Order: sequence, then C-alpha cells, then structure tokens
Amino acid sequence: MIRIALFRRSPKVPLETRPFDLLCLTVAVVLAVHAPHMPIWLSIALAATLGARWWQRRRYGGRAPITLKLPLVALLSGAVIFYYGSLFGREPGAALAVGLLVLKLLESETARDARVGAAFSCFALMSALLFDQGMVATVLVALGLLPALATLRALEPAQPPSTLPRELLPALALLGASLPLALLAFVLVPRLSSPLWGTPNPGQARTGLSEDMSPGDFTDLLTDDRPAMRVSFEGAPPPAAQRYFRAYVMWNYDGRQWRHIGTGGAPGDVERAGAVRRYTVALEGSGQRVLPALDVPVEAPDHAFLNVDHEVLSDRPVNDTRIYTLRSASSYRLDPQLDERERRRGLRLPANFNPQTLALAHRWRTEFGSNDKAIVQAALKLFHDGGFSYTLAPAPLGRNAVDDFLFSTHEGFCEHYSSAFTVLMRAAGIPARVVTGYQGGYWNELGNYLLVRQSDAHAWSEVWMPGEGWRRVDPTAAVRPERVSLGAAAAASGAAAAWAPNQWWLGLRNRWDVVNRWWNQGVIGFDTLRQHGLLTPFGLHDADPGMLGLLLAVGGSLFAALGLAWAMWKRPANDPARASMQLLERRLASLGVVRRHSEGPQHFFVRASRALPTHRAELERLMRTYLELRYAYDEPPPELLKNFRQAARDFRPRRMVK
Amino acid sequence: MPAAWRRLQDWAERRLPALTRYKRPESLPITLHRRRVYIVPTAFGAAFTLLLLVMLLGALNYANNAALLLTCMLGSASATSMLVAFRSLHGLRLTAIRQGHAIAGERMVIQLVFAADDHAHASVHADMDGQTETFMAPVRTETWVSLHLATSQRGWHPVPRIKLWSNWPVGLFHAWSWIHPDHAVLVWPRPELAGPPPVLQGEHDLRRRLHQGEDIAALRDYRPGDPQRHIAWKHSARHEHLLVKDFEQPEAREEWHLDWRALPSLSPEARIARLARWLGEAEAVGRPTALWLPGEDIALGHGRSHYVHCMNALARLP
Repeated sequence: MIRIALFRRSPKVPLETRPFDLLCLTVAVVLAVHAPHMPIWLSIALAATLGARWWQRRRYGGRAPITLKLPLVALLSGAVIFYYGSLFGREPGAALAVGLLVLKLLESETARDARVGAAFSCFALMSALLFDQGMVATVLVALGLLPALATLRALEPAQPPSTLPRELLPALALLGASLPLALLAFVLVPRLSSPLWGTPNPGQARTGLSEDMSPGDFTDLLTDDRPAMRVSFEGAPPPAAQRYFRAYVMWNYDGRQWRHIGTGGAPGDVERAGAVRRYTVALEGSGQRVLPALDVPVEAPDHAFLNVDHEVLSDRPVNDTRIYTLRSASSYRLDPQLDERERRRGLRLPANFNPQTLALAHRWRTEFGSNDKAIVQAALKLFHDGGFSYTLAPAPLGRNAVDDFLFSTHEGFCEHYSSAFTVLMRAAGIPARVVTGYQGGYWNELGNYLLVRQSDAHAWSEVWMPGEGWRRVDPTAAVRPERVSLGAAAAASGAAAAWAPNQWWLGLRNRWDVVNRWWNQGVIGFDTLRQHGLLTPFGLHDADPGMLGLLLAVGGSLFAALGLAWAMWKRPANDPARASMQLLERRLASLGVVRRHSEGPQHFFVRASRALPTHRAELERLMRTYLELRYAYDEPPPELLKNFRQAARDFRPRRMVK
Repeated sequence: MPAAWRRLQDWAERRLPALTRYKRPESLPITLHRRRVYIVPTAFGAAFTLLLLVMLLGALNYANNAALLLTCMLGSASATSMLVAFRSLHGLRLTAIRQGHAIAGERMVIQLVFAADDHAHASVHADMDGQTETFMAPVRTETWVSLHLATSQRGWHPVPRIKLWSNWPVGLFHAWSWIHPDHAVLVWPRPELAGPPPVLQGEHDLRRRLHQGEDIAALRDYRPGDPQRHIAWKHSARHEHLLVKDFEQPEAREEWHLDWRALPSLSPEARIARLARWLGEAEAVGRPTALWLPGEDIALGHGRSHYVHCMNALARLP
C-alpha cells in the first residue's frame, strides 16, 4: 500500500495551459539558439510547427493524431539525412534533436511529457554551446534555462497565481542563488587530460586564412570583422606599421593560385639584431594548423613546431581558442645563405603565362643591371605612380591574371599587389615569395592588447637579397599607405565604403571586445594549467583530480551549510512592542524578577513593582502603556508605541540597597 | 513479493522509527521540525541527474568550458532546489483539527488547520487514507485543508497518520514528513432504518388522536402500513405508484421524552440506533426532545445544536 516515492507510478496529470506555454517558450528558445547553424528552411519549418501546435492546443486542445506524428518524424529524419548526408555527427545530431523536441510538443498532454520536454531542452541548450561558446551565446543559452526551470516549476500544483513573465523570476532567483556553487564547481571540476571519445570538432568550413591564395579570395575575409586573435605584448607593442603577423609562406604559383607547401625540416638560420619581443596570442578557433606569429618567430610553443619557412604549425588543427606565447625577432636576417634548390624554387614561374609582365621584368633587368634593389624600387614606383587603386571589389581577371592587372584593370587589393609584385620579381631573377597573415589590428587601451580581426588579413611579399636574406616588401603600402598604418577599415573606406561599418560603431565594438577577451581567457581558456595556477597561491602545487575532488567536496559542503542556514533561518517577528517588552524582561531578570512562562504582563509588572518598590511609579506607568498598546486598539497609534519604546529604553532599574 | 515488502516495512518501522512514518501520536500543535523532514530525489530527479552526468561528460570530453559552466549552473540549481524543497515543509505548523459530523459508515470531513509563521509554503500535499489534498499556505494566515475520513463505527475515531509532502519547486526532490496527531474525532451512531415510534404516556396518546389533522398537507409515496383510507385513489391513477394523503399533524410540536430505560428489551447498540433514529426524526420536524442516558440527562431542547449535543452523547456511550 505504501511505497517509496521513487517507485510510485505518478498518475497521468493533465498539462495545464501555463506550463504548456512555458514549455513552448523553452522550445522556441532552443530553436533560436540552434538556428544559426541549421539550414534556414528547417528552422522556419520547425518554428511554424511549434507555432501551429501552440495555437491548436490553445484553440481546440488535444494531442496530434499518430497519423500526423509518424510522417512528421519520418519527414524530419529524411530532411536531415538529405541535407547533411547522415544522422550522426554534431550538426545533423543537433538538428535532429531540436526537431524531435519540437515534435515532442505535438504529443505533450501530461505533466510527465512536459518534464521530459523541459529536461531534454536543457540538454539541447547545452549542445548549442558546442557550436559557439562565445560570451553572448553562453549568456543567451543560460537565459534559455529560465523558461525550462519555470516550466518545471509551473507543473507543481497549488501555487500563487502570477503572470507569464513573472513566472521566470523565481527561476532567475534560483539560478542566481546557485551561481556561487556553480562557479566553484566550474573552477574545481577536474578536466580530462585527453578526450574519451571522438575528435571534438570536425573540421568545418570556417572563413579564415587558407593554405592557398588566388587574387580575389580574400574578399569574404576582408569584410569579416570577427576577431581572429588577440595579442598582448610584454613591454611596448610594435608601432602600427610593424605589426606583420606571418601565417603562411607561399612558394608555388600555377598562374592562378599561390600555394603553401609546408615542407618539414629544420628552420633556416636567423641572424638576429636587437631584442626579441615576447608576446602572448589568444587565437580564435580557425580549423587550421597554422599559428600566426609576429615577424620571425625564434621558437615554437608547446604542441607546435617551426618548419623550414619559419611558419609555426600546431600538431592539431586549432578548433577552439588557443593561447600560446612566442618570442619573435623584429630586426633580423632570415636565411642569409640561400641554397641552389631554394633559389630555383624562388624563381620558378609557370610557362606561357603573363608575357607582358615577363617582358617588363626583362626590360628592368637590362636597365638596372644587377642592382636588385633598383628593380624592387621600380616595381613599387610603378604601383605608386601607375594609376593603381585599392579596392575590395576589383574587376575580374582573365587567364593572364598578372598581365590583366598590371596593364589593364589597375585595381585590386593586397592579394593582387603581392601576387603581381612577386611574379615581377621572379621574372626579373630575384627570388621572391608571397606571405599571408594579418597586418595591423586595433590597440585596445582598456585591456592593453591588440585585437586582430579577420578583416586584418593581409598578403605581402618577401624578396631575397644577397647578404640580407629574405626581406619583407609590402607592395600594397605603395598604393595605399593607410592600409598599413591605419588598418584595413581605413583603407577600405575610400573606394568601397558601402559595407564598411561606420567608425563610431566600429570603435565601440573594439572597446567592447575587452569583455570578449576576458571571457576567452577566463572561461573558455580555463584549462588544467590555469586550474593549477589558481590553486598555487594557496600552497597547492600540482593538484591532482583526487585533491580537486576533495576541494570540491569541502567547498560544496560549505555552500550546503550556508544554504541550510538560509533554509532554516526564521525571520524574527517584526513586533517592536514585543521587542521592547523583552528588553524590559531582560533588565528585570538581571535583578531577579524573571517572568514566568504562564505569567501575563499585568501580573508580571505588579510582581516587579512589589520587588522593586523604588520603581513602582515607573513600572505602573509602563504597565498601563503596554496594556493599552496591546489590548486597547486594533491598530495602536504610533506615538503610543514610540512612547513605550522610549520609556522601556530609559528604564534602568537599580537594586534597592537594603 | 508484496508480502516480503510489507514485512520489510514493518521491520523498518519498528527498528528505524526516526526514518519511517512510525511515530507515536503527539499532541497539537505539531510543527514540522527539520529532523522530521526527509528528502529523496524523485524518479524525475534521478533521471535528471543522469542527464546532468551525460552533459558533464560531454562538456569535459569536448573541453567545452561554456558547456561545462552551463552544466555546473544547472547542477547547482538542482542542488539548491533541494533546499527549497526542504524549506517548503520546514516550519509548517498543524495548529488544530476541526471535525465535521458523520454517522458511522459515512465519510467524515475533517479540516486540518495549518499555520505558516515564517514563510509561505507552496504546493504542499496532504495524504491521508489514500486521498491527497494539495494546498498552499500563505505566510501568517490560517490555511484550512479538508480531508475525508472513512468511518466504520460510532465513538471516538483516531485521526490516522497524515503524510505531508511536496515536490516543490521543480519536481526534482520529494520532501515528506509524517504527522500523527493525538486527536480523535467523534462518529455518531447509525440510526436504525425503520422501527416503531416512541412509546408515549397515555395522555399524550389521547391528545395525538384529538389533534389528528384534517387538512391534506401533501401527497407522498405509499408505505406499507399506511391506512387504506388515506390512499389518494384519484391521484394515484395518474401515477405509477400509490400516493397517500399526508395529513398535517399539529401534534408534531409535541415534546418527546426519550429514555434509555424505556427500551429494556433491546441490546445497547440497538437502543442507541433507535434513539438516534428518533432524534433524527424529531430534528427533522423541529420537535423538542429530552434525552435520558446512563450518566447523562439532557433537558428538553430543540434545534441543530441540541441535536448535535444529543448525538454526541449517544456516540460517547460505552
């Protein structure tokens, strides 16, 4: 007859309107946070289903018939397989989960259904963070927990009625109250040293620097103002025009495309002059292995290596924010000796392309003889004076792309200039290569770091000079110096300002970025290393998971004690007259007149005045006031209360000296 | 299996009184003290914990700190809800029990009067005898909760143990407490279905005949024993049943002196049943009655409170 609640089969409690509305809201939030990575038609279809179900239940009631449900489930699975090619994996899994959640609403008619739906919504909300763990996304998802918790709360019967928005407040209070414990757990939960299953993020198509470059590729990138990385320097940052971050070095050119080869082997010689600069980069997930580095990096960070071209390559693609510290030389001689094989690679050009360019280069060679620097200057002079313009929307180029650019269109951006310049140099017999990376960035005064956006992507050239090694030449700077000194946005604002956001808004965003950086470093980048770093000041070096678990248990108990104290705390009754009476009782008790449990006030006062005859008049006055205060009125006048409190405070009985 | 389970429960109630519902009856008021509020996760709570573990594992595996933070928040909120569940019972006070009136075999309405001194208690359920009543107790207000108590025989009927429980606020935890008030309700005796009217003194008998009414007050269904001449033949012809002319009886106001001693041939319970029936009939027509019982002599009176007084006296008879 009596069973433990665990085993009790709860009867089918019908679902009321309020919890159903809240459940619909929860699912709508889930849908909204998943919408950015779902195909738009699926989002719209699911939103329409959700809306239709809400309206149907409100208007007519009743669950959807099975003849509608089953085809819808089949349709959903079919659509997911059709679009993604599979039901498994991150994107299709998330799409399927959200879809099933919406379809679950169709048959939600009992409290139990709503509980299942709300719990599963929490899971779906969490899975949205696998796609984007930025601060805004996380806060949005956390807010999504409110309707879920409010749904669960609304399912409990017999509670004071309130409006729908007010239903969310207790959930907010619950989340707020649990925040300290949540932070403690977040800091102390032992992290896994290696994943238990699967590679976390399958390489998805991200915009960012890629391993090859053909003029025109960057157009998407240069209009993308998502942060690419954040750099903080030890000491002063380099001047704006010196902020070149190398990513890929590209040797191979097939007439259309420059390609990175990424050969292994030991890095070449670097002769440094002057100090090296130490800095820390927080790189946003790029899906690539390259770690951009200022100028010429001296060494590679952990889990990465330097290759022969001084590119820093990570062991694994960077899928989440990666923080690394590097040292770089700003004044250097890179590969002062060039071996024959490299030299030939640095001069190779595809056959039968760009005849006019080759002719121009040969003309320069005969004109300047062996003076390589004069040829470089001639090329830069051509860009500066030859009627070239900087635009992010250049005219398309034909088969002989460099010829078209140099001799007819005369417009383009960094890719066009660096590509054309390198081809010119090679044709003139000077070893040259294209380097891509980032240039510039916004110096955030507030956070003391350099914010580099995707739109700061840049391409430039390196030419090899005997005795000097590889030297950086930025032909774009010859055309539009602002690109290098002021940044990409300033450069773009001239020709094609249509989509350039206005400066005020950009400035605001750049300042706001300090919060994102804090989030990236404090939350997303919080790993085992930082966990240990946090505990070191407390004398805990090398905290192992057992130790962390112990700390977690201790901290959790502490919070539990605090919580219990709250739960058992009884509010003192707000009764000033009674408080004053208690004060009197305490004072009289110290003189031996203790009020008995069953004693009324009148009897007590009479007894007290008999025991303390010197205070008789005072005690009788107090008694009259108290009795009047207590028994004469429903609402005693405030001045009476004031009088009594004052009199009680002033009453300082003395023992009669016998 | 059920038998073994029952044995296990019986054993647990004997050996672990603090943990089970076994508790001696205690006098009112009963305050739900922290030591008598128990909490276990509900089935949903257990499933939700499992879900949280899956989320935790996923967040750790993908080294996704934002997801981990979210999971920690949700887990922490669940833990906090345990405290809220505890608080939803803690401090609730049962101050009084009010009883309704019921004759043996009927269900009696009893009202539990709860007081919330410190904070409001939302969504509290009271289980008694397989029925559940849900209520909320606003702060510093009396809350009345009505429950039905099945009765079987007259006399004092102890109020059974009552389970107060709550799944507040989000249904993850089940907090409960057993209360066993030392309180009994009085169940009235069941009147006999039919029997003779009270035997009255001769003079009363005479007056009764003299005052036999002449006017037809109403028509009623025929009952065996009705005089044939009272049957309303004309009216009966239009109906399926026989109808009887009910004559107004002015002697209805006549006093009845009911006496336990006047029924010597019956067993005590039968006497009580008969007296109860007479009291009921007298109450229905507003006839003044007096009642003599062993140990109690109730003077002449009428009305509801008099009837209650008399029935209580009957119910209390040994």
